[in-house]
Amino acid sequence: MLFSGLKVWTSRSLWIHRLHEGINGGGKARYSSCSPKVCIVGGGPAGFYTAQHLIKARPDVTVDIYERLPVPFGLVRFGVAPDHPEVKNVINTFTQTARHKRCSFYGNVNVGKDLSVTELQEAYHAVVLSYGAEGNRRMGVPGEDLSGVYSAKDFVGWYNGLPSCRELGPDLSCETAVILGQGNVALDVARVLLSPIDLLKKTDITQPALEVLEESRVRRVLIVGRRGPTQIAGTVKEVREMVNLPNTRPDMLASDFEGVKEALKDLPRPRKRLTELMLKTAMETPGEKEHERREKASRVWGLRFYRSPVEILADPERSSRMAGIRLAVNNLEGSGEEARAVLTGEMEDVSCGLIISSIGYKSLSIDPSVPFDSHRAIVPNNMGRIQEAPGLYCSGWLKTGPTGVIATTLNNSFDTVRSMLEDMDSGTLNTSAAKPGSQSINALLENRGVKPVTFSEWEKIDSEEVRRGAAIGKPREKLLTVEEMLQVAGK
Amino acid sequence: MALVTALRRLVRLREFAWRTAAVTSGSWPRTQSFSSGHLLRDGEKITVKGSPGDSLLDIVINEDLDFDGFGACEGTLACSTCHLIFEEETYKSLGPVTDEEMDMLDLAYGLSDTSRLGCQICLTKRMEGMVARVPESVADIRQSQDGS
Repeated sequence: MLFSGLKVWTSRSLWIHRLHEGINGGGKARYSSCSPKVCIVGGGPAGFYTAQHLIKARPDVTVDIYERLPVPFGLVRFGVAPDHPEVKNVINTFTQTARHKRCSFYGNVNVGKDLSVTELQEAYHAVVLSYGAEGNRRMGVPGEDLSGVYSAKDFVGWYNGLPSCRELGPDLSCETAVILGQGNVALDVARVLLSPIDLLKKTDITQPALEVLEESRVRRVLIVGRRGPTQIAGTVKEVREMVNLPNTRPDMLASDFEGVKEALKDLPRPRKRLTELMLKTAMETPGEKEHERREKASRVWGLRFYRSPVEILADPERSSRMAGIRLAVNNLEGSGEEARAVLTGEMEDVSCGLIISSIGYKSLSIDPSVPFDSHRAIVPNNMGRIQEAPGLYCSGWLKTGPTGVIATTLNNSFDTVRSMLEDMDSGTLNTSAAKPGSQSINALLENRGVKPVTFSEWEKIDSEEVRRGAAIGKPREKLLTVEEMLQVAGK
Repeated sequence: MALVTALRRLVRLREFAWRTAAVTSGSWPRTQSFSSGHLLRDGEKITVKGSPGDSLLDIVINEDLDFDGFGACEGTLACSTCHLIFEEETYKSLGPVTDEEMDMLDLAYGLSDTSRLGCQICLTKRMEGMVARVPESVADIRQSQDGS
């Protein structure tokens, strides 16, 4: 007790000391340098990790985070599957960052619409673009826009309460669903489609999505990829979750696994363990208990390899709706991560009532003054420094493309900060002139009738969501519209 | 959730402070013991202490080591940021690894044959003097391919 009391008193007196030192200028001339002011566009993991690292690295940097939605955390809130709550624990470290005295969060501010990047550059010494990838990579096949076809981005946004996906209204009245793509997002979608409702009921999945899933007649989900088992982009944890999903049984094709066993020995450990798991599931005769479990299962999932979509087939009786998908059969040229799928000319038609395309997110350009590589859908950069744009940086998926887990984004953001610190030290990033920062930006926003949501106002939304969730046994019940979020925030 | 975690951390920190105070005042019961070991990071050797039962993640938190991004998922086997690399002999003595831990380790930067996740390793007296290396994160100089 005494010791921790001593510790608190010591840090408080230290704080007071630093405060007075600041006010009195510490005896040093303060004209030539001033506190660097940085702003970050995007309040997801990239934005928060960038802010965190900047604040930690320099005691004089202040960081303002601008986020389009009234609520922070980006894909941690809207992308991570509801049944993966532990992955969302990073919210705690982001909350600590947001509450730091040198960090401010401004939600409900749309950079590109309410504000331009140029205006931000005038107000801040450095601007970091971390707004991620809100677009969707299209398959580019006929029939892609028929009803019954959804992007995984929208489907995930729908069950995770992203306001722009609230009215998606997916039709789950069919028996077979086909998912294109075999990354972790595809596996999440398959798992949500086939999970026992009792498991989903206890998560933060939205209530409307839960009700639709409760009535769902989807019983069979095929997860289709262009290449083979050793090229799958998903990871072993998510595949294992499918194998262990209650009331489901796997349905794989032995022919898809020809030659795979022989290739095992040359694979690095992570790839090897994943391939072994799929091989075992596809080829091994199950033991008695597992056999019984599979017999009783009412839902089926399977991975299908060497298949590319070439056309979504319309229902002959309702031409605006799809009824199936035509898949081209591929061969592989080369091996390993670099193997390429090559068409053989053979085709296969699969009847289905739901298609979810999970072939990648895509970044969009939000401001014409920022260089954008539309071919690779990223901002051209060198270690986070945006090319030909001094004072402009990027981190997260906007910097490297939309792949990777939260830890990838963590390292990605720290690398950008490293570049920024180097530039501050070398003078490439000029911090000698004072900049107005949020003072001028907030004045601008007020003139334009924009009402930023502060972090403590988000905490009102947070409390309300937790309160509503507690009433029905869920960790939270998310607010589903921007209007309601603003209302609860007190705007 | 955040409050619970904060409270848990506060309790642990205060526990640690209390034990330290008790040790310095000489009133610590002789049956209790500390284990100490070393963490290597960026060429620096840091001596750490913990009680049997503390996980290596607990120790990093308790000692206020504040490694960037360490323990992002707070010890729930949902990330690989508490990745530690051990010497061959120490690694063998740590015992078998569960599938769940292996699955997350597989995603760690700089994965090695003697890698473990710190949140899954609990301190025992046998680990006295052990050394674990905190791997540097990979500075991703290459632009990532988008999987096509």
